Amino acid sequence: MRDHGTFLLNGERHEIRDMSPTTTLLNYLREDQKLTGTKEGCAEGDCGACTVVVSELVDGAVQHRAVNACIQFLPMLEGKSVTTVERLRGPGGTLHPCQQALVDTHGSQCGFCTPGFAMSLFAAYEDRQGKGLDRDTANDVLAGNLCRCTGYGPIITAAETMGDLPAPQWGEDRAARELRALEALCHTDTVKVASTDQQFFAPATLGEFAELFAEFPDATIVAGATDVGLWVTKRHMHLKTIIYTGRVQGFAHIAVSDNTLTIGAGATYSDAIQTLAEHFPDLGELVRRIGSTQVRNAGTIGGNIANGSPIGDCPPALIALNATLVLRTGDAQRRIPLEDFFVDYGVQDRKPGEFVEAIEVPLLENPDQFRCYKLTKRFDQDISAVCGCFHVTVDDGQVSSARIAYGGMAATPKRASAVEAALVGKAWTMETCEAALSKFSEDFSPMTDMRASSDYRMRSAQNLLIKYFVEGTEPLSTTRLVGRGSTIAGGANHA
Amino acid sequence: MLDIPAAKSTETIAGAVHSDHRHDSGHKHVSGEAIYVDDIPTPDNCLNIYIAMSTHAHAKVTHMDVSAVRHAPGVAVVLTATDVPGENDVSPVNGDDPVFADGEVLCVGQSLFAVAADTIQQARAAATLATITYEDLPAYITIDEAMEAGSLLEEPYTMARGDAASAIDGAAHSLSGRFYLGGQEHFYLEGQAALAIPGEDDDVLVYSSTQHPSEVQHTVGKVLGIPNNAVTVEIRRMGGGFGGKETSGNLPAAAAALVAKKTNRPAKVCYDRDDDMVITGKRHDFRIDYRVGYDDDGGITGIEYDQAARCGMSYDLSMAICDRAMFHADNTYYLPHVRITSYRCLTHTVSSCAFRGFGGPQGMVAMERVIDEIAHTLGKDPLDVRRVNYYAAADEESIRNVTPYHMTVEDCVIDEIVQELTASSSYTARRSEIREWNKGSPIIKRGLALSPVKFGISFTTSFLNQAGALVHIYHDGSIHLNHGGTEMGQGLFVKVAQVAAEVFQVDIDRVKITATNTAKVPNTSATAASSGSDMNGMATLNACETIKQRLMEFAASQHQVSVDDIEFLPGRVRVGAEEIPFNKLVHDAYMARISLSATGFYATPKIHWDRASASGRPFYYFAYGAAVTEVAIDTLTGENRILRVDILHDVGQSLNPVIDLGQIEGGYVQGAGWLTTEELWWDDEGHLKTHAPSTYKIPACSDRAPDMRIGLWEKGRNREDTIYRSKAVGEPPLMLGISAFLALSDAVASVADYKTYPALHAPATPECILMAVERLKGGSS
Repeated sequence: MRDHGTFLLNGERHEIRDMSPTTTLLNYLREDQKLTGTKEGCAEGDCGACTVVVSELVDGAVQHRAVNACIQFLPMLEGKSVTTVERLRGPGGTLHPCQQALVDTHGSQCGFCTPGFAMSLFAAYEDRQGKGLDRDTANDVLAGNLCRCTGYGPIITAAETMGDLPAPQWGEDRAARELRALEALCHTDTVKVASTDQQFFAPATLGEFAELFAEFPDATIVAGATDVGLWVTKRHMHLKTIIYTGRVQGFAHIAVSDNTLTIGAGATYSDAIQTLAEHFPDLGELVRRIGSTQVRNAGTIGGNIANGSPIGDCPPALIALNATLVLRTGDAQRRIPLEDFFVDYGVQDRKPGEFVEAIEVPLLENPDQFRCYKLTKRFDQDISAVCGCFHVTVDDGQVSSARIAYGGMAATPKRASAVEAALVGKAWTMETCEAALSKFSEDFSPMTDMRASSDYRMRSAQNLLIKYFVEGTEPLSTTRLVGRGSTIAGGANHA
Repeated sequence: MLDIPAAKSTETIAGAVHSDHRHDSGHKHVSGEAIYVDDIPTPDNCLNIYIAMSTHAHAKVTHMDVSAVRHAPGVAVVLTATDVPGENDVSPVNGDDPVFADGEVLCVGQSLFAVAADTIQQARAAATLATITYEDLPAYITIDEAMEAGSLLEEPYTMARGDAASAIDGAAHSLSGRFYLGGQEHFYLEGQAALAIPGEDDDVLVYSSTQHPSEVQHTVGKVLGIPNNAVTVEIRRMGGGFGGKETSGNLPAAAAALVAKKTNRPAKVCYDRDDDMVITGKRHDFRIDYRVGYDDDGGITGIEYDQAARCGMSYDLSMAICDRAMFHADNTYYLPHVRITSYRCLTHTVSSCAFRGFGGPQGMVAMERVIDEIAHTLGKDPLDVRRVNYYAAADEESIRNVTPYHMTVEDCVIDEIVQELTASSSYTARRSEIREWNKGSPIIKRGLALSPVKFGISFTTSFLNQAGALVHIYHDGSIHLNHGGTEMGQGLFVKVAQVAAEVFQVDIDRVKITATNTAKVPNTSATAASSGSDMNGMATLNACETIKQRLMEFAASQHQVSVDDIEFLPGRVRVGAEEIPFNKLVHDAYMARISLSATGFYATPKIHWDRASASGRPFYYFAYGAAVTEVAIDTLTGENRILRVDILHDVGQSLNPVIDLGQIEGGYVQGAGWLTTEELWWDDEGHLKTHAPSTYKIPACSDRAPDMRIGLWEKGRNREDTIYRSKAVGEPPLMLGISAFLALSDAVASVADYKTYPALHAPATPECILMAVERLKGGSS
């Protein structure tokens, strides 16, 4: 076991030891390293002013991803390479094309959000070998970067045109050096970073992870820290023991076999989105609207389940898809229907030392029978007021099965059992759906909070059933304003 | 001798007025090199300050013990009300915003005490060790509660002309209603920040993220009990302001200065986002009751408004803000008989404060909604009703040009602008096409609306309309520019630098833009009321002209020519038949002992205001613009999307068109956000629950309309003698966003075949829209 962490910062090797392992990358940059180009705008991963690019080796190649430095704990960067805005310019101060494009299009006004935008664009530029972005892609790439001054138009233009500028001459040289440096950092030791009263473990194998968790069953498990990060930055909790899953080999695997999609608990949304969209187009669309690029690059589907939130978006979708949860304690595995995992608010069916290992989702014969809807005040980067997910099968015009689950309607993600019962065996018609609407009050009595009133939640949840029915026969362009299948807002056609 | 090469003798300079010139800090923004207050390198002994806040809306503080806080690790000092050597007040006007609450708290988030420690984590942790006992008192959270209880800051204030009640009663038609309009969080990306460096004697230097350095200076002096000349305040740039840094910077600056002088260590306050959103004020929310009489064409004969605003626990700038809501209750319309009464509600919530538009947008939305509703009842296109009510055009012989506050509108160009925009946006054809389209689209409905803007330019508190500048030319020919305005992203600095470059006919990179500093230009007004470039541009022009005159007189005597025979050309000066490089003339003047430094000053002419009679000329001129917005709504969920925006806006003769376009687009998006997704939500106990971007939703990238066509009005030219005949642009475009709200209303109306007025409240969130849809469907079935 190593007693220190190692990562690269702007090409330089940094060792971290004897410090609070919940020190955020942002505080390390600004306070320890005096790299003040990266800004704090919210400390909760919602504004993107702190965006940096984290690069790591994936199957021998370097993968670049934008993340929010404000909610990354420093030891999570083990073996990775961090690039901040200070590193974008070339020798002699030449601006990188993503920076030059922002300058040329008047993409900055107050400038405080700008380094974050530059980093998001830089990650996209690297990902796409120096190409500009089309508008839909730009909207997705930049959904996690808030700007209060410009109205975004000039920034979108910068995203579209950055590929037209000369490619940086220094890019290849740096990339080669980064690859070599990352290779040199590879190892499979468990890393421990500790201070006087905090410890952080980053195991590299499932076995070591399971052992550590058995030894420290009260430990907080951290995957992307898109939730746990906020326990520290917002609730100011002092976490004693943390076990990080991000280095565990195989924990992020995604595989399809025997008509089942298996998602490793450590798979990030970004890892999974393509496969999800392939097998469940609407789930791909839902995931596209979870958080932002930065959040999806860090957050995991397993974490979205394990934290038990009543407003996580994956659980209702996966419940409607009849997913099975694989739980593990030491060497012992058990499988339960996902819906049974959520016992009550803040209570899950998870024993001490037990962790979520994977999610198994049966593939559908007709993927388009599955639909989900995320209702928010703002389309992008917003937490659902209501998330409704539907899978109804029909034989000879009769409903043969119905799985309907909602988030935001109860203390847990929850099936609409009474509504389902009112549908099964009936003719699949608008009249049947309308008759089932009265059953919602048997399933749910939603709360009023800052996201929506109880009335809105109930009424919109009912209307989603109507929408689902209509979408059985009508094209999505007649029912959707954004995303998959929509055409009205400028021909957006994701996934 | 002359290190800077002589300016090129090309025919035009770089950065002339009226030319596109990029933001002076653009390259520093993108590289992270632009420095904000929290980025200033500090010595290792710098203290970090956490301000502890009230958790009760209205209560006596019967007991507060901070001794455990004092003894917590890393803590250097804890300051409460009793530790304030001067006045315990950071208010801008009325003396009612204590630095630290003294015995009673008036809102959740009110400052109780400050903890200074080595790290902010230590300070925050220490603050939790205080024991505080509250004894709750009755609290009014909402406007309805305050109005019910008669909880007002001051007597209601009325502006009136004619006999509105009789005119309405005698009108062919009349209608009345009540409209609720939410507030708005500024959400500047950079939170409030102040860094104080103690000096010798009483001296303290404060770096403050503020739109109003002079007020921060005066406040620090007042709180510390030291003269203004001991306090220097500096700000190079803010990470956004929008009015939220007009007064809210006073508290952090005062706290930082107090700690710095108490400990003789540098001290810093940087609110984190949640604290910032709880502790600082927001745009005032309003409840507006209206009653209007009108004729068959929709011509308004009389109107009454009762505007009730949530001012919060103290005045702050609420008087002037509520006044401005009244000044804009007419928008672009002549109101023959009118009464506008304003109720300034004292509530136990954070003191509402300045926000881009300063009350104007609230008054204006109500007017536009009334026009919309009149059109609806008459079955007319709202544009037709707008048109019959416009103020008389400039130069038109008419009595229809007097405002409810008895000012004559001399420059009305709204009809011309709207006609151009109506044509360029194909408004009429699209309106028909959309109505037809909606018939075939049961779930998604589209809507279209046009709204005009007329916004008064000047501080309505007349004495604030003054500005100063300081210009030096060094003997190498480089120019140092300083003025009282602050840069918050709006491009003020580059615009003012263009003025200096223009006067001297040198490339703009010759002009060094320097941080706003109270030691260079004193007694300044806030950079607010859209007045930044109007006033500081003029003051700079004045300073530059002074130096230029000296240079010309020097050259005239040296070369024995008349001053009239001297001309500043790009990079050079023609003196008689001879051309002399600018640098050489400057150097020669220095050698001849000519002063190359000057102050400049400007006081806006013509304005006056008599509050007692509610009459006068509060505004030097008006800025105009109009927007057409098309939206789509989902009638099953209330979700919505802005599809297309067409804008035509009058900035006079623009100082810098690309900068102005940026203000217009950003203003529109911010205004549309205010009226759609941005919802502030307090619980019954007065706790703001939307205090971070996870819960408070400003527009994101994809919310920007995919099709947005923005034009500067080519005929624009300020009739008044403003800086190069430009017009102010900071605030007016925000109100173009009203068209988005009205377009949503139009889309909702379609579900009941346009037979029922949706009467949306703002913000029109998905919930607000769905509930209106359901209401209309219920009514029509």
